[in-house]
Amino acid sequence: MSATTVPDATATKSDIRKQRRRRQGKGGPWGVIAWIMALLFFAPIAYMVLTSFHREVDAAVSPPNLFAPLVTYQYENVFARNITPYLLNSLMAAGGSTILVILLAVPAAYATAIKPIRSAAGVLQWVLSTKFLPLIAALIPVYLVFQFLGLLDSIAALVIFYTGMNLPIAIWMMHSFLSDLPKDIMSAAEIDGANLPRIIRSIVVPLAMPGIAATALITFILAWNEFLFALNLTATKASTSSVYLVSFITSEGLFIAQLSAASIVVSIPVVIAGWVAQDKLVQGLSMGAVK
Amino acid sequence: MTTTAAVLPEAAARARARESEKRTNRRRRIPLYPALIFLVIVTQIPFVVTLVLSFMDWNIMYPLDRGFAGFDNYITMASDPRMRAAAGNTIVLIVGGVLGSLVMGTILALLLDRQFPGRAVVRTLLITPFLIMPMASSLMWKHLVFNAEYGLLNGGMKWLGNLLGFNAPQVEWLSRVPMLAIIAVLIWTWTPFMMLIILAGLQAMDSDTMEAASIDGANALDKFRYLTIPHLRPYIELSIVLGTIYLLNTYDQVFSITQGGPGSATTNLTYEIYLTAFRKYDYGEAAAAGVIVVLFSIIIATFGLRLVSSLAQAKSGGSR
Repeated sequence: MSATTVPDATATKSDIRKQRRRRQGKGGPWGVIAWIMALLFFAPIAYMVLTSFHREVDAAVSPPNLFAPLVTYQYENVFARNITPYLLNSLMAAGGSTILVILLAVPAAYATAIKPIRSAAGVLQWVLSTKFLPLIAALIPVYLVFQFLGLLDSIAALVIFYTGMNLPIAIWMMHSFLSDLPKDIMSAAEIDGANLPRIIRSIVVPLAMPGIAATALITFILAWNEFLFALNLTATKASTSSVYLVSFITSEGLFIAQLSAASIVVSIPVVIAGWVAQDKLVQGLSMGAVK
Repeated sequence: MTTTAAVLPEAAARARARESEKRTNRRRRIPLYPALIFLVIVTQIPFVVTLVLSFMDWNIMYPLDRGFAGFDNYITMASDPRMRAAAGNTIVLIVGGVLGSLVMGTILALLLDRQFPGRAVVRTLLITPFLIMPMASSLMWKHLVFNAEYGLLNGGMKWLGNLLGFNAPQVEWLSRVPMLAIIAVLIWTWTPFMMLIILAGLQAMDSDTMEAASIDGANALDKFRYLTIPHLRPYIELSIVLGTIYLLNTYDQVFSITQGGPGSATTNLTYEIYLTAFRKYDYGEAAAAGVIVVLFSIIIATFGLRLVSSLAQAKSGGSR
């Protein structure tokens, strides 16, 4: 026992040291370059934030007046222009589809990762292949079906469609998270006679909570930001915040400060969600191929 | 005699085991069904319908002409100059967007792979363009950056001109270089994604090999060429495949920044299909174009499927 743990311990220690040496390296000039590039990348967003606190007369000048007096009434204007129902629609469409996605993806991933069925690999490949199909090719049939069902301009239509759109990503992410769980605990529970819903509820979900949270955040971001289907499947009642922003296109000109404020209001929820989930972001968007 | 007697119960036992295994397997498949049925209904059936529609005359403006059309839609589409322009533009957008963001993303990933003060903040700033609602960032680029009168680009040049005493050119970006403008926005949006994939690849690299190479006297450039690049290869391929699939769906930027114009200069297939379906109301031709786009993505996907699966397999070891 001790003979095997000793070299292990030294190996990890030297690994850590190596890692530290590599990471610390010569940070100096490269760190400065990284900072400059990050600030350049972020500059348009920073300028948009600044503009949202300017008056319209100060926003539409050339060269840009970075030191114009700051005001907050653009945000008041945005809410006065009735953005709230659109935000609520986005919340319901993205939130509803996220819940549905998790409810479907966790049991599915259980069948591919924890108690793998024999055709698990094939099923996963097929799930992935559905994500590779371009959304535009589904637009007309989806539109016609929702029209037939009388579901156009309803949150339900968006929830159903976004669930289908994000389910492949969620299954792959959950598969990759559940594959890492210890399988002995599940077998023990099964021998104890717990049935499947109970095993999922009281063992899988608590153990995989970080993975479920990350999957939920990414599903939420993708649904919240979607525009093509939100535009074509809704008219007035169920329009989401991305459709709300389009109403600014027509009112070009002296409204750019207000447009900036509106853009920030609709982006803030997902930007924060993305910052929280940033470690898992790439895993989701690469369908679990990269950790 | 004795041999058959010994074999028979064994075979029966094996058959029984197989039978029970089959039963367990069937039971284990149950939790998979809700998700799979949902996926079939929402993602597969629409494509079958699209395929059917592509062989039909179906224009809302001419409801009486609805019927079987054979390959008419495909012929119309192939001779439609707008559709052909859109196909070319799609390729330009994807190649420019994917390569641009891959190069930028790789540079940034190499920088982020080092330790420096504020690294976490830099990473957070860099992923933000990808999180902002695409419609919001598209409008931001159009009105705050590219706008000829008060945009950041022309404004910045004017400011420099005032400072250094020259007459700064004021460019109508969206009518002079519309395609470049859209590609720039796409690169800005997708660089964080590429950066995160390449960064994950860099961090999965074995530092022992690097160290051994250093001891053997390899310089930084050699190590990059002969160790880093080969190691990153699957990650770069994955970025290209996923980037191509995602950028094929580009719609928001074209819709809001240029409306596909001027003329059809920036119309890609996704946008043209949308116009054909919801402005011309020609479902048949739009569906035919949709089928072509699907065929294109199937070609890309055959590479993608293998890549994703092999990377996922290698990563999770034997855990399956």
